[in-house]
Amino acid sequence: MSEWWTYGPRDLLMFSAQTYYRLFELYNRELWPLQMLALVLGVTVLVLWRRGGDRAGRAIAVILAACWLWIAWGFHWQRYASINLAAGYFAWAFAAQALLLLWLGAVRGRLTPAPATRLQQRAGLGLLLFSLLVFPLIGRLLGRSWMQAEVFGMAPDPTALATLGVLLLAGPRPAWALFPIPLAWCLLSGTTLWAMESPDFAVVPLAALLAVLLAVGGALMNAWPKRSSR
Amino acid sequence: MEDIPDFTRRRLLGAIAAAPLLGPAMGRAQQIRPASRAIPSSGEAVPLVGLGSWITFNVGHDRVARDASAEVMRNFFLAGGRLIDSSPMYGSAQEVIGYGLKKFGRPADLFAADKVWISDGEAGRAQMEASRRLWGIPRFDLMQVHNLLSWQAHLPTLFAMKAADQLRYVGITTSHGRRHGDTAQIMASQPLDFVQITYNLVDREVEQRLLPLALERGIAVIVNRPFQQGSLIRRLERHPLPPWAAEIDCSSWAQFALKFIISHPAVTCAIPATTRVDHVLENMGAATGRQPDQAMRARMAAFVARL
Repeated sequence: MSEWWTYGPRDLLMFSAQTYYRLFELYNRELWPLQMLALVLGVTVLVLWRRGGDRAGRAIAVILAACWLWIAWGFHWQRYASINLAAGYFAWAFAAQALLLLWLGAVRGRLTPAPATRLQQRAGLGLLLFSLLVFPLIGRLLGRSWMQAEVFGMAPDPTALATLGVLLLAGPRPAWALFPIPLAWCLLSGTTLWAMESPDFAVVPLAALLAVLLAVGGALMNAWPKRSSR
Repeated sequence: MEDIPDFTRRRLLGAIAAAPLLGPAMGRAQQIRPASRAIPSSGEAVPLVGLGSWITFNVGHDRVARDASAEVMRNFFLAGGRLIDSSPMYGSAQEVIGYGLKKFGRPADLFAADKVWISDGEAGRAQMEASRRLWGIPRFDLMQVHNLLSWQAHLPTLFAMKAADQLRYVGITTSHGRRHGDTAQIMASQPLDFVQITYNLVDREVEQRLLPLALERGIAVIVNRPFQQGSLIRRLERHPLPPWAAEIDCSSWAQFALKFIISHPAVTCAIPATTRVDHVLENMGAATGRQPDQAMRARMAAFVARL
């Protein structure tokens, strides 16, 4: 595109808010009751985290990877691409995150629940619960239809936030390579919602930035006593 | 004021209500025609109001929304509209236009305007052919180089296609006030039939150079973003329409904004986009009744600037 740097997000927005949320409505209608399965998977992540241990961490990674892979195909490639020319690239990014989760989480065991700061733990758990239980309600609270609910495991925003929550719960030395794609998606999604003038545009990017700040803070706090003890 | 045959919204709605379910005969039921202006390079007249498809027709696979878009098209044609504009950049819009044309039948006087939007000049023909298939038409009337992207590569192709009768008119587009210098240079040096630019009550830079140049060079002008993607109308609708708007047969801010644009002597057609039938009828109504003269146009712009 000529002089692409002079275009703002609102210039680049290709679809209306109505079309965007109808996409979720049709997606949910078509795949019902898979949302229930997705919710069960989300609750399983919580249970596994409570149980703790290496195997639980690997199982969490497999569940998250499956969700990211499904969204790459079922949402971005199959549906979002019909209204957004960039959605094909989003699909590849989500597939890459699924592979990263499998490699770093399931194979290398880097998602094993580990002791973290109290703040990190609370934020991680809060983010996970928010993604599973509160996020699908946001649209309804803002006057959108129930059928347009964005559900963990099926919609990209709650899945990205839940992943960041799990990363916070993985202790003070998380796999940093698992952060960029969920964070980038959350920022992009917030920008899209802002361009559509959706009132909830700030929710996802702020929650994601908070998660990253807490992860960095936790890592620094963990590193500090080690340095000073040398 | 300039007089144009009366075509108020009430008459328009009456005509449409009286029209039978159209089917393939969509073009036949056109009973009242909006005012037109001639394309300088050919003398062919096109209605002063066309139909854009940016955002509004990009509805993906949503069958309900596709039907709604088709209904907008049907009413646009019934109201005497001809020119529909799209681009490969508009997501599913071309496919949705094709759906509408197939569903209700393609009017004989459809004026199909599309764009080539690809960096690789060699790939231009393939992209235009893909666009044609999506519309489901034998050829485009107008093909424009979208946002001047690789215009040096595409324009020779478009002129060759015009010479081979594979399209009727060649143009370039820009929007949001970008690259006016380059646009002027191309307008001055190339045998263009059309230029597409952004012009409305508040984005008026084109009045200085591009619109006079279009008049001088005999280039038809299509105006995009007449409502600044709706934000201009939303701002204006916070205020009452001035009573003197009745002097130019305006019943809404949308008509006020459109009449300001299409009354410029260089403008051939404005292309507002909408998802609503009542809005498309309202827009078409702007091409009827009295149009503002120069003094009224200045008054309109000054009034909006004070709001």
